[in-house]
This record gives sequence, C-alpha cells and structure tokens, in this order.
Amino acid sequence: MNVLIYLLPMALGLGLAGLFGFLWALKSGQYNDVEGAALRVLSDDDLPK
Amino acid sequence: MSAVTEAIDLSLYAKPESAGTLGMDVAVEGISCGACIARIEGAVKSLPGVTEARVNYTNRRLHVAWSEALTEPSRIFQTLADNGYRGHPFVALRAEQEEAAEARRLTRCLAVAGFAAMNIMLLSVSVWSGNVTDITPETRDFFHWASALIALPAAAYAGRPFFSSAWAALRAGTLNMNVPISLGVILALAMSVVETANHAEHAYYDSAIMLLFFLLVGRTLDHAMRRRTRAVAGNLAALRAETAHRFAGDELVNVPAAALKAGDRVLVRPGERVPADGEVIGGNSEIDDSLITGETARRNVAAGAVVYAGSLNYSGALTMRVTAAGGSSLLDDIERLLEKAASAKSRTRRLADRASAIYAPVVHATAALTFVGWWLYGAPLHDAIITAIAVLIITCPCALALAIPAVQVVASGALFKRGVILNSGDAIERLAEADTVIFDKTGTLTLPEPRVVNAAGIGPALAQLAARLALSSRHPLAIALARETTSRAPFDGAVEEPGQGVRVMIDGVEARLGSAAFCSVLPHTPLIPAQAGIQNHESRADNVQLWTPAFAGVSGDNAVSYIHFTHAGQHATFAIAQRLRSDAIETVQALRDLGLDLHILSGDRESAVQPVAEALGIAQWQGGLKPADKIAVIETLKAQGCRVLMIGDGLNDAPSLAAAHVSLSPISAADVTQAQADAVFLGERLAPVYDAVAIARRARRLMLQNLWLAALYNLIAVPVAIAGLVTPLIAALAMSGSSMLVTVNALRAAQKSRIIGTGEPS
Repeated sequence: MNVLIYLLPMALGLGLAGLFGFLWALKSGQYNDVEGAALRVLSDDDLPK
Repeated sequence: MSAVTEAIDLSLYAKPESAGTLGMDVAVEGISCGACIARIEGAVKSLPGVTEARVNYTNRRLHVAWSEALTEPSRIFQTLADNGYRGHPFVALRAEQEEAAEARRLTRCLAVAGFAAMNIMLLSVSVWSGNVTDITPETRDFFHWASALIALPAAAYAGRPFFSSAWAALRAGTLNMNVPISLGVILALAMSVVETANHAEHAYYDSAIMLLFFLLVGRTLDHAMRRRTRAVAGNLAALRAETAHRFAGDELVNVPAAALKAGDRVLVRPGERVPADGEVIGGNSEIDDSLITGETARRNVAAGAVVYAGSLNYSGALTMRVTAAGGSSLLDDIERLLEKAASAKSRTRRLADRASAIYAPVVHATAALTFVGWWLYGAPLHDAIITAIAVLIITCPCALALAIPAVQVVASGALFKRGVILNSGDAIERLAEADTVIFDKTGTLTLPEPRVVNAAGIGPALAQLAARLALSSRHPLAIALARETTSRAPFDGAVEEPGQGVRVMIDGVEARLGSAAFCSVLPHTPLIPAQAGIQNHESRADNVQLWTPAFAGVSGDNAVSYIHFTHAGQHATFAIAQRLRSDAIETVQALRDLGLDLHILSGDRESAVQPVAEALGIAQWQGGLKPADKIAVIETLKAQGCRVLMIGDGLNDAPSLAAAHVSLSPISAADVTQAQADAVFLGERLAPVYDAVAIARRARRLMLQNLWLAALYNLIAVPVAIAGLVTPLIAALAMSGSSMLVTVNALRAAQKSRIIGTGEPS
C-alpha cells in the first residue's frame, strides 16, 4: 500500500490542476459568450482569401 | 424631416480603456445567426481608428474600442445600420453587474465543490468496498484524513453562500433553508473529524460535500437563468432609450435622453417622443399622452404647456425646456401614490420560506429527541450523539432546497421562450395565486401604436403603394400606415410638404399621401366600414378640433384619424386608430376558461373603453379613472380576498401595478411602469399573459409536488436514521436519489401549454 503515498498526491495534484484551469478560464472571460464560441468556430475568417 | 446629420454625444457611454482609446458596449438588435458575428465585426473593424470589435452572441452585444483621435463614434452606429442592425450604446445597470459578480462567485464555489466531491467520492468508494473486504485500519484512516484534507477547505470555500445567508437569518431571529443546510454540513464535517481521530469505520465527508455540490448546481442554474433574462431586458431598455436633440448654442446635438439636465433646451420633432418632463417654450403641436394617462384623445400644446416624458409629439416641432432630468421623472401624485402602494404591499411569504419555517424546527427537534431517546435507552453518549447527527445529515434538506429553485429555473426558461421576462424571483408563485385580472386598455389590450383599421376595404396593390410612400414621412399617421408594407425601401425622390403630406412620381404619375386637401379629396369622405373588433364606433362632434385638418382630415371622431392617398385617379382613405391586439379575444376567453375574474380599468374616456369591453365580452369595466381610483378598485378587490393580477403599461398604471398582488406590463410600457411590474412581456400578442398564468400555475403545482416528494423521502429516511442504521453509503444514495427525483419532476414545468391564436411569433 506504500504506492498510495505518492499516487494519492498525484491524483489530487492533477485534479487541482483541472480546477485551477477552470477557474482561470472563468476569470479570463472564456465563459462570457458560450453561444458565440460555438458559432465562431464555423466561420472561416482565418483562411487566406 | 431634414436630412441633416447631427453629432451624437456619447460621452455618457464611452469609457477610456488604454492610452488614447475609448471603449463602449453597444446593444445590437437583429443578430440572428452565426454569420452576423463575422459581418458586424468585419464591418466595424474596417472603420478607420477602430481597434477592437467583438460581438457577444449570448448577450447580443458588441464591444468596440477606437482611438480617440481617429474615428467619429457615430460612424459605428451608421455602419451597423448600413448592415441592417440597430445599435444603441449600452451601460450595464448596477443590478445586472451585481448579478454577474454573484454568478461568477457561485460558479467558482461550484467548481471547488465539484472537484472536492469527485475526489472524496473516489476515496469513499474505496473505503466502502474495503470495509466489506480487507482494508486495513491504517489505510482507512489514511483515506479518511486525505478526505478531511480536501473536504474542510473546500467546504469552507464553497459553503460560504449558505453560511453567510444562514448567519444573517439567525441574527435577524428567523430561520431559512440555509440554517439546517449549514448546520448539517458543519456537524457532518465535525463529527467525521472526531470519528477519524478515533479510527472509526464511517466518516461523512462525502455527504457534506455532495450536499453542497447539489445545492450549488441548483443555485448556479437559477442564477444563470436570471442573468439571461436580465441581459435581454437590459438590451431592450437600451434599444428603447430615446435620444434628444439638445440645443448647444444654435446647433443641435443628439444626446441620450438620460444625459439631459434640468434647464436644457430640447427640440422635439413630429413623430418623436418627448425625452423628459418639461415646459414648452416654442411651437404648437398636439401631444398623445396615452402612455402617460391612457387617454387616446390628443391634447393641444403651445408655449407654457407642461409635457411629460414618453408623450408622442404629433404635428409640429416643439422647443421645450427640461424641468426634471432623465426619462423617469414623474408627476407628483403618481410618485406619492407609488410610494404608498409599494410600502403598503404586504410582503407575501415565499413557499420555500414557509416550508423551511415548518421543516427546520421539526428536523432539529427530531434530532434532539433521537439523542435523548438513545441516551435514556442506555446507549453510550458517543453513540447517541452520532445517531442524532446522522439524523441531521440524512434530513439535510437537499431535495427540499432543490424542490423550488429547480422548478423556478425550468418555468422561467419556459416563460422566457414565450416572451415573458420575469423581474422578481417570486413572481411565479404570485402569478399562480392570481384569481382576478385587471387590464388597462390603451397599449395593453390594444396595440401600443395606432394601426390602419380598414385595410380590408382597400385594394392590396394601392395599399402597398401608399404604405411604401408613407415610409418617406415622419408623421405618426404615415408611420402607422408604413407598418402595413413589407417593403423597407422608400421611393426615390419623395418630397415631404411640411404639414401637408408627401408626394412622389411613380411611373411618371404623381402620387400623393397626406391631408384631404393635399390629395384633392372632398372633405366629406365617406366613412369606410371598419373590421370587427375595432373601437371606432363613436362619433362625437365635440372633439372635432383635436386633429389637424392640415395633414389628415377629421371625421368627427378623434379616436380615428384619416390619411388620404391618391395615385393615377385612384383614391384611398386609410382609417388609423388604436387596434386590439390580434389575439386579444382568444386570450381573454382562455383566461376566463382558467376561472379568472376579468376587469378593465382605463384612464381613457368611457366612450372609448365601452367598445373594447364589448368586443372582449368583459362586463366589469370602468373608464375615466385616475391612478388613485384604480388603486381604490384594487384595494376593494383585495379586501374581498381577491388576488389581483394587474396588467398595464401607462405611467398612470405604475401605482396600481405596485398595489396589486402581482403585475405584468408589455415591453412598450413607460420605464417607471416596467420597473414596477413583476414581469414584462414582449411582442404584439396578448397570449404571453395567458402563458404566464398557465405556466406559473403548473410550476406552483410542481413545487408543491416536489415539497411532498421531499417530505416523503424524509418520512422513509428519518426512521432509518433514528434506528441508527445509516451508513455513509446509504446517506449518499438517499440524498442523490431524492435530489434527482425532484429535479426530474421539475423538468415537467417546461411542457407545452395550449397555444393561442395564429399570429406571428413574438
């Protein structure tokens, strides 16, 4: 069971990384326009004309 | 009238962003698909000096930034208009900003609770399966301490919305749903820590955190729904906001009405609304006060007359001096009545508060009795306390706390889809209780703007020509006629003769639209019979002078105005009057079928109210009422035990809306009136009124059902807990099961209701 000593902190660390990733995304306004983001991906404005 | 472009003063809206650039939010009307995003952003960005343009599709808003020196901000609006969108500068109201901040706080709490719940459940499942197999006590203790490490900080962070509300309630000497929630969470965590230190088999970290997670999901959804409706309401308010032409020396500057100050001189052109309360200092005109008093007959004004914000200027340009700033200034007596009505309004207790007032004492008493019972029975003190706390945990009102918000979220979403925007959180419950409906007439039962009422009697081709020509005029009658055409392209070269009409050459033949004299029509035009359901039956000679003969002749009836059209020897006379909303008759009948008692209380003349009441079959009606009279009628009804739903749009209705049990107003209502209403409905149809009542009633039924489901859950779970048989696994299953049950039941609030009428969707 010694394996738990480092597996558990690793699992928690990964979970925390996900949590902070979400909080960062929230803070940087990425959830301000969820409907728009779904539509923007369809526009080809990044293609050279 | 004149095509002179005026400078627009945007100083109220534009805010400095980075060095030398200004930024502004614009509410945009007409964003309907994904392609609009690219079109708007592309067009606005191509303006010189614009550094940023980003559309928020969810809110239908555009954020622009431009360098101060390089671009004229009014060009942004021109560009939007050229692309077919209407934009208006937008400043978020404080309420909306606060709500956005609160929503972000809740989402952060939800994220933390979700993270903690997942990780703790991972550990708990290991412990549960280990307990029935071969877990060593050391490993179990390690897992429990790891759970405590996650749970304690997470609960301290994610539980704050509940703890602070419970603390506030306790300090005020009351109980709300957050008190048992907070107590349950804190006791569960404290007991778990003590049990872990004693190497016990069971710990309840997962129950406490899962409870917080479920409750936060409910609250976050509730908030998201409210924010969405608030954003739409904010946009509509911005788009409705009037601009005013203010004199700056001899020049005119276009400013938002909100920027007007007392003492400003303002020009009000025909066809425009008066931007603020004030006194006329020059010009003669007629003013339509129907948004203020409900009176449909127009009033002559000249220098010295007092005019109110929201009145429509009909025939001549007026110069006025603003006496009270902003669009929301009021007649004194309306303000006084409003204060009185708002303070006298008995705060109805919400269903959730009533439920928790019964629930919390019962639960706490049960827990106490459990402790006393086991202790007297001879159980060790430790076991008695653990069992009592288990009762508190299992009864922690997860389902009960979700029972009402879940229904509210679904119901307000369903209302939103049908064009009803809720202003207050408990409006649904109060709407469901209404048993009497009081309608205002002007602008509520009838359309807010006058319409052509005799279109059936005129050839469609001729009517289309006339309506298209009407696009070139700003006169209110022409604007009413122009609503009949589907074309948005005015004729080239149309010339407006001020005070007479417009003329244009169509296929080499002159067409004229305007007064009888201008169109060479005999003054005694035969009356064209109107359609059914129209109020123009009266013919009162004493009001003849109320309409300018100069533009469109009068036929002895001020409720109906006439505009004439002539082209290539063909004549048409359009009768323009207040018209009932297209589905008013069906909606009123449907409301009656719901068992509601219907009344009409109008500020308009009795002779104008009667035909409407007759068309709708409403026997209880009164006309010529002052705001105080309307309140008196509501008070009488209230004294008889009626729960009154008041529906009105005029400024004169604002006090009655505040006095009624619950209130609705159309989106065209005066600002002050809308602020009083519990909900606002959009569009030209009356059906949202029926939808609001029907959905609210079903929502209330489901709320009660959910409360009973939660009670039933407790009835089963509490004896198990009292018997001391609850393990963390049972607690987790019971809590999540009951929460799912009430949530799924709540989804039924969105079911389709009966659709009334076949009018265009609003």
